[in-house]
Order: sequence, then structure tokens, then C-alpha cells
Amino acid sequence: MNPFRQSGLWPSFLLVFLVGLVVLALRQDTLRETAFTGLMFIGLASSLNIIMGYTGYVNFGHIVFFGMGGYFGFYLLSEFGWPLYLAALAGGVMAMAIAFIIGAAVLRLRGAYFALATIGVNQAAGAFVSNFEPFGGSIGLSINFSAYDRYGGAGQALWLSFILLWVVTLAVLVVSYLVKRSRFGLGLIAIREDEDTAMVMGVKAPRDKTKAFLLSAFFPGLIGTLYFFKNGNVQPDDAFNFQMSLEVLVMVMLGGNGTLLGPVLGAFCYEKLRDYLLTSVFFKDLQLATTGLILLLIVLFVPGGGVGWLRKRFPELRKWLE
Amino acid sequence: MAGMILQVQEVSKKFGGLQALLDVSFDLSEGQILGLIGPNGAGKTTLFNVINGVFPPSSGQVIFRGEKITGLPSYEVARRGLARAHQVVRPLNDLTVLENVMVGACFGRERHSLGRAASLAEQALAQVGLADRAPRLAGGLNVAQKKRLELARALAARPYLLLLDEVLAGLNPSEIASMMETIREIRGQGYSILMIEHVMQAVMSISDQIIVLDYGQLIATGSPQEVAGNPQVIEAYLGDPEMTARLLAE
Repeated sequence: MNPFRQSGLWPSFLLVFLVGLVVLALRQDTLRETAFTGLMFIGLASSLNIIMGYTGYVNFGHIVFFGMGGYFGFYLLSEFGWPLYLAALAGGVMAMAIAFIIGAAVLRLRGAYFALATIGVNQAAGAFVSNFEPFGGSIGLSINFSAYDRYGGAGQALWLSFILLWVVTLAVLVVSYLVKRSRFGLGLIAIREDEDTAMVMGVKAPRDKTKAFLLSAFFPGLIGTLYFFKNGNVQPDDAFNFQMSLEVLVMVMLGGNGTLLGPVLGAFCYEKLRDYLLTSVFFKDLQLATTGLILLLIVLFVPGGGVGWLRKRFPELRKWLE
Repeated sequence: MAGMILQVQEVSKKFGGLQALLDVSFDLSEGQILGLIGPNGAGKTTLFNVINGVFPPSSGQVIFRGEKITGLPSYEVARRGLARAHQVVRPLNDLTVLENVMVGACFGRERHSLGRAASLAEQALAQVGLADRAPRLAGGLNVAQKKRLELARALAARPYLLLLDEVLAGLNPSEIASMMETIREIRGQGYSILMIEHVMQAVMSISDQIIVLDYGQLIATGSPQEVAGNPQVIEAYLGDPEMTARLLAE
């Protein structure tokens, strides 16, 4: 069975691929910035989906991997002059190492207890970095502008970070798809449906869910490094923003928890919605309240999210809507 | 001991102040069906949980094919070739029937790849008579079908020993008859089976040996005829044996 011959990957992959192509063809800075944010959230939501959608562990601290990995990668490239590629990879590996430590502590918890613990992790990580001097404490770190020179100046560096983010986002989709179509993924979904039964059937749940957790942590670490490199600075409030954790979670739920296309569409729609809410006169102070309301409505009425609903309503579309 | 697939030695299990199992010992020879009976709350499912590693015993040993498996986690026990069908059916609701059974084949004793697992799963489903349901979601099956799904999942793991926990409970007489037929076929293929059953006539007719559990202790062991005539067993089920004898005489 060659998983690439099946069609479930292509809608998500082509969508992201085309967005990148259009941005590169038009070469407008504002469009690139908008697309950067969009791709970033697609990458974050799709990686969260591996642990939350496939494995069933609702993680409110996904942004910790983005923050910690991003801080670490940024630190290497601004303080030690590491090239961006290596620094981003190191950020991803750091995020995995942190996931390993957090996972050892909290992955034994289930359901609501796991979710609560991850909220704590989110707060603890922010407090830790705010007081960690090598990372600049509560002020954070700023890039030495000479770091951009090696990429042909700041303008070129911004384009480079966009292209890398585009590649990483595509990679998240491919990995997420391969996981879903693999034996490993079947084990994860079995854990999601009933962990005790899965174990009785031979699924090595403690090991497999740790692997899923590490995999879901790797990409935010990469993305964080690229994002902070693009911004030129990193601060605890940007890196460990609990609201962002919530938003990524809402994106996954909105698009369809456990589906490949769901987080992509969810990130896209949520972005559009947030833009509208933040600029509308009536809603601008109610943006978070509206987010909460959306989450509530999804969980109550469309637990499968947009893609889940489509799959149920139009079974003939299933092979396209993985 | 040669020919013994499962040996349970002086297993006890305590939950807080409750002695759920006390010094339970028995052997199961290869290729046999051993029936485990006893009144409600006697500790039968607890015994299954100890055998397949859902929780460890407080004391005692479980030996499977000559290897101590006491206290191993349930997935390790499954990989050594011991599969279980649950009393309370636990299908993976959001997966199709086929995928449910594939989990057994992928992660059981032989740990197959997805492709091979799919064909094994189809065979297992055909064997329990669920082949036509393969593409449906498991959550949509009725109780009898879910019981068969449990059985298919256990079979697809190609285990040496099957633990069947009340696979006949909740079925109507014709479903029971056809399920019994299925179990006989499975035994015919060389599987060893340990089954908990409340449907007396069924368990008596299908088992080679019967053990009886009451208040966590083994009170009788023997052929179905021996056990059925044992006054202690009758008392456990019906209360006073003399009273029972009188009732039966009337």
C-alpha cells in the first residue's frame, strides 16, 4: 500500500503549496506577513492534532513547545551566530526534549486531568523563562542585526524565513498524513478511543503516546525559531501566550479534530474570523469571549468540526477528506 | 510442566479491605476449554484482569507457556499471545469494524503490517460472521454483533490462549447457539480457551474442565459432571444444598 497514491493528503498539501506559490510570485511584503501568520497557525494546529486529534490528549500547553523551542533556536542564532537552518532544527530538538520531560510527568494522566496539567505547564514555562537570565529574563532577547547580513540583509532574511516556514508547514502535513495512515497511527487512534482496551490488544500505550507527543512538539519548536527570527526579538509574553494555545486548540476543533484537512481549514477560517472581530466596532473587545463561545458551540453541536461534519454528511467525499 | 499453557499459582488480590481473590490455583492444558463459573461478585473478571496484566496480583504467580508473566503490563501479555474478549463490549467506536480487528492483528502476537493485518482481519471477521459489516463504524453494531467483534479482535491477534469473558451474555437463544458453534470451530483450530460464562447449559456442554469461584476462592475443580454434582457448588449458587435437593426432587 503506497500511502501517497491515496488522495487524502492532496487537498491540504495543494492548498498550502498554492498559498506559498502565490505569495512568492507576487512578492508583496504585506501579503507575505499575512501568509506567514496563516502558515504558522496551520503548522501549529496540524502538529497539535497529532497528540490531540489522533491520540486524544487535549494539550492546552502546545504553545510551550513553540516558545521554548523558539527561544532556544533564537538564542543560538543571535548569541552564537548559528545559521538559521541549524538553529531552527535545534529549536525543534529542544522542544522534543522538553516534551519528553513534560510527558514523563503528565502523560500518565488522562482526560481532564491531563488537560489541567498542561495549563499548569504553560504557566510554569512562562514564569521560568521570565526569570532565566541567559534568555534575557522578562525583557527577552533581541537579534543582532548583523545576523541578517549572512542572508543578504533583513529584506532577504524575511523572505527566507517565509520560505522555510512554508516548507516546514508542508512537512507537518506530510508527517501528519503518514502517521495517520500507519500502524503507529492506528495504535494512536486505538488509544484515543479506549486506552485500556488498546493496551489489552497489545498497543504499547505509554511508549506510543510519548512518541506522538514528541512528534507534535518538534514542529512548533522549528516554527517558533523562524517566527522569532522574522520578528527580530523574543519576549516571554509572545512566546508563552496562553491565549495563543487556546486559539490553536479552537482551530483544530473548528476544522475537525483528528482529520488532516481540519486544522488547515480551521486555522484559515479562524484567522479570517479573528481579523473580522478585531476590526469590527462591536466585537473588538469581545474577541476572546467570541472564541470561547465558538469552542462551546463546536463541542456541543459539531464535535467533529467542519471536516468531521462533511465526512458524516457526504460519505462519498471521505477519501478526499482524510 | 509440559502441555500446560497457563498456570495460576496461589494468586491473591486485595482491593483495600476487600479480598477479591484468595490463593487461587489452577492449570489449563494446551488445546482445552476451561470454564470459569461462579456467582456474581465471585472475582471471575478480577482473575482475568490479573491474568492479562490489567493489574498485578497482591501475591502469587501467573505462568504462561512456561514464562512468568506476573505483573507485566497488559500490552506485554498481549504480545506473548494472550488475547481477551471483554464482558462489557468495548469497541473502538470511531473506527470501522475492520480497523477494530486490524488493531488486534497489528499489535497482537504476530505484529503484522497494516496490509497483512487487513487480510487477517477479514478472515477473522468471516470466521465470526461479521464480514459484511467490515466497512461500517463499530459504534453502530448491535450487542450481538459487538460480542462477535470482540471475538474477532481477539482472534486476529492469533493468540495461543483466548480469554472469553461472558461472550454469551445478553444474546438470545439462537444467537447463543450460533456463537457456541463459532467457539467450537475456534477450539477445533487448536486454540486454548479460558471462558467465564453464566449460561450454564452452554458452559457445561462446551468445557473440558470447569473451575468454580466463590467469594474469591476456588471451591471446586473437575469435569462438568463432577462440578454440577458438587454440593458446595450448588450451595454457592442456590444457598442450602439440602433445600436444593428437596426442590430438585419435587
